[in-house]
Amino acid sequence: MTKAIILVGVGGQGTITTSTILSKGLIEKGYDVKMSEIHGMSQRGGTVVTQIKYGDKVYSPIVGEGEADLIVSFEKIEAVRAIPYLKEGGTVITDTREILPMPVLTGAAEYPKDAIDELKKAVPNVIVVEAYKVAEELGNVKAQNIVLLGALVKQLGLDDVDWKGLVAKNVPEKLVDLNLSAFEKGYQM
Amino acid sequence: MSKMIMSGNEAVARGFYEGGGHFAAAYPGTPSTEILENIGGLYKDVIYSEWSPNEKVAAEAASGASIGGMRSICTFKHVGMNVAADPIFTMGYCGVNGALIFVTADDPACHSSQNEQDNRLYAPHAKLAMVEPSDSQECKDFMIKAMELSEEYDVPVLFRMTTRVCHSKSVVELGERTEVPVRKYEGNAAKYSMLPVNAKKRHIIREDLLAKMEEYANTCELNKVEEAEGAKIGIITSGISYQYVKDVFGETASVLKLGLTYPLPRKLMADFASKYETLYIVEEGEPYLENTVKALGFTNAIGKEKLTIQGEFNTKVVRDSLLGAQDEFRYQVETVNVPARPPVLCAGCPHRGFYFALSKMRDKFVSLGDIGCYALAINPPLSGFDTCVCMGSGFSLLVGLSRALKAQGDTRKAIGELGDSTFFHSGLTSLIDIVASESNVVACILDNSITAMTGHQQNPGTTKNLMGYESPAIDIESAVRSLGIDDDHLRVFDPVDQEAAKEALEAALKAEGPFVIITKRPCALIKEVQKANAGKHVKMNPDKCVGCKQCMKIACPSIAFDEANKKAYIADIANCNRCGLCIQQCKFDAIEKVGE
Repeated sequence: MTKAIILVGVGGQGTITTSTILSKGLIEKGYDVKMSEIHGMSQRGGTVVTQIKYGDKVYSPIVGEGEADLIVSFEKIEAVRAIPYLKEGGTVITDTREILPMPVLTGAAEYPKDAIDELKKAVPNVIVVEAYKVAEELGNVKAQNIVLLGALVKQLGLDDVDWKGLVAKNVPEKLVDLNLSAFEKGYQM
Repeated sequence: MSKMIMSGNEAVARGFYEGGGHFAAAYPGTPSTEILENIGGLYKDVIYSEWSPNEKVAAEAASGASIGGMRSICTFKHVGMNVAADPIFTMGYCGVNGALIFVTADDPACHSSQNEQDNRLYAPHAKLAMVEPSDSQECKDFMIKAMELSEEYDVPVLFRMTTRVCHSKSVVELGERTEVPVRKYEGNAAKYSMLPVNAKKRHIIREDLLAKMEEYANTCELNKVEEAEGAKIGIITSGISYQYVKDVFGETASVLKLGLTYPLPRKLMADFASKYETLYIVEEGEPYLENTVKALGFTNAIGKEKLTIQGEFNTKVVRDSLLGAQDEFRYQVETVNVPARPPVLCAGCPHRGFYFALSKMRDKFVSLGDIGCYALAINPPLSGFDTCVCMGSGFSLLVGLSRALKAQGDTRKAIGELGDSTFFHSGLTSLIDIVASESNVVACILDNSITAMTGHQQNPGTTKNLMGYESPAIDIESAVRSLGIDDDHLRVFDPVDQEAAKEALEAALKAEGPFVIITKRPCALIKEVQKANAGKHVKMNPDKCVGCKQCMKIACPSIAFDEANKKAYIADIANCNRCGLCIQQCKFDAIEKVGE
């Protein structure tokens, strides 16, 4: 069986690093893996979507609507935006982090106040992870992505992989310890 | 051998390396850029690589290396091939000495492009062989094969990819590099000087070689039949579409998967087509395979009747189009209205300063944009420009448009903007036309010291090159002055400085004849710039903020407004680099500097 995961966030949040580490771990486990990312038009500020599929044999690298077993969202309204991609019975892991898009900043649109409550009403399996807050407490908000990686790995039950070794190899050297703590915190949440 | 997960672009670079490549040139363009970045970053000890000023120059540089005997590659995005088409068509007649590969990265669905052109059509038009991989492993393997075929059939090979092949990652088995000696250069005017007398002969030779190559295509390993037992459906496909076909049909249909798609293996296609009652042709974009299948007499083939010519496919598009749409369950959160999140100019982006200054006088100008990060200034509230066509057009369009405005009594002045890399690409020749035609226009070069939009590639104005070595930086101002632009018709300033910007735009309005503006401030995301700005940001003093929202007018993603308290605040300190644009906007000194 092929499993499909979508990671969504905003440019600069580190979704691609998370996907890269996840892919490497899945290969270590012996799966065929495909990962797809769309580089937006801007370095920062736009919605970023990364997709990962794994199984015995994967053909299409793209996850279509209604196909995702798991959506991991780094920003709460991006979780809502991605919801059509969730498979029936699938799970959403979302941070509560808010990043205001330009139409909200300029007053042309409103940022939804109760996005997570409404999401929970519509989708049975929603796991809220305060990853940004945890990373902030650890001393570097950029570790948000690794907190979410920890939560994701736990949710998928992908245990017998040296995740911490992979994290260490894929983050800047001076941030290794901090990111290992971030992974642990995410895993325990 | 070790296995790695690689993007198609990384795998193409790896294939060129393993296949003994020597020379690589390109101009950056999504989704092709990472091919040269990988060659320049990983294999510079054995492969020369460069960012050329534009695709035509890159194609010619690679052609020169090939004529000289090197295995050579030139990469571009689909529209970049239009720029490079001139040398490519003629090299189609000349053929090669060392292998010559042109990689086109097409972008169906316009993820980051101005059109959806299908560059497969270039292959028959320019008489190039064409190879199409469908995943990263094939990107590597087919690249090695393409180099061999190029030399064997004396033909440049068009290596055709699409966004999903370029940017999706899959598992690749790595091999070792095979060292291939540079072939001896021997002058051969009859082969490489395409004067009419030679060109006519080369055309005959090319047609003969393509006919031979078609025989090879009918039996080669790049084109393969995957027969499903008892299947009544036959599908002909290539590239990424193959993956969707396998997802939808699995073992219920036989598939002819084409990897060598010009010259097309017509015998193989006819043999396959004749076996199936139902015949689908699954290809994104134009009916390229379909037209050939139908020309072979298989008018029962179903292609564009059911599968869209627009955008890109996925498994669902192929399934719904060919097997009928199904009612499928979808979660919906109807109670939440999710605001759009368009890409924006970054916090601290130098282009914001220029376009903000222009926005204050926008009624006096007709503004023309170009391809680059500054294209993001099109959205309100900056509403920066009216046109964005292709690289360099921000200047060349001025020549015609200014005369059209004059002819209809429109007194607004025509102003065009493009970046440093775009200036070197083709803005320079456009500026030459502005000067030579004595056009009464304003040409602005927004110099941020990097090719930013495609992810920070070096260009002729930077002090380093693709391989990381020091390189001479060409001075834009000197180039402009050398065209005859004098002090009265030139302003050079930091675009964050709104006083300087205002003075320049007012001078430009009054001046007669060609006027040039050069704004100079490096992209805020350049590593050295980020390092220099580390710790610098602004903070809002809520006691001084009166809620006038003047700072919101610059559309900076770091500044937000709290409607409850009627105060502005800094929503994203991490990305603020204290460019100072907002400080100039605040008449109440509520925005304060933090950090040294």
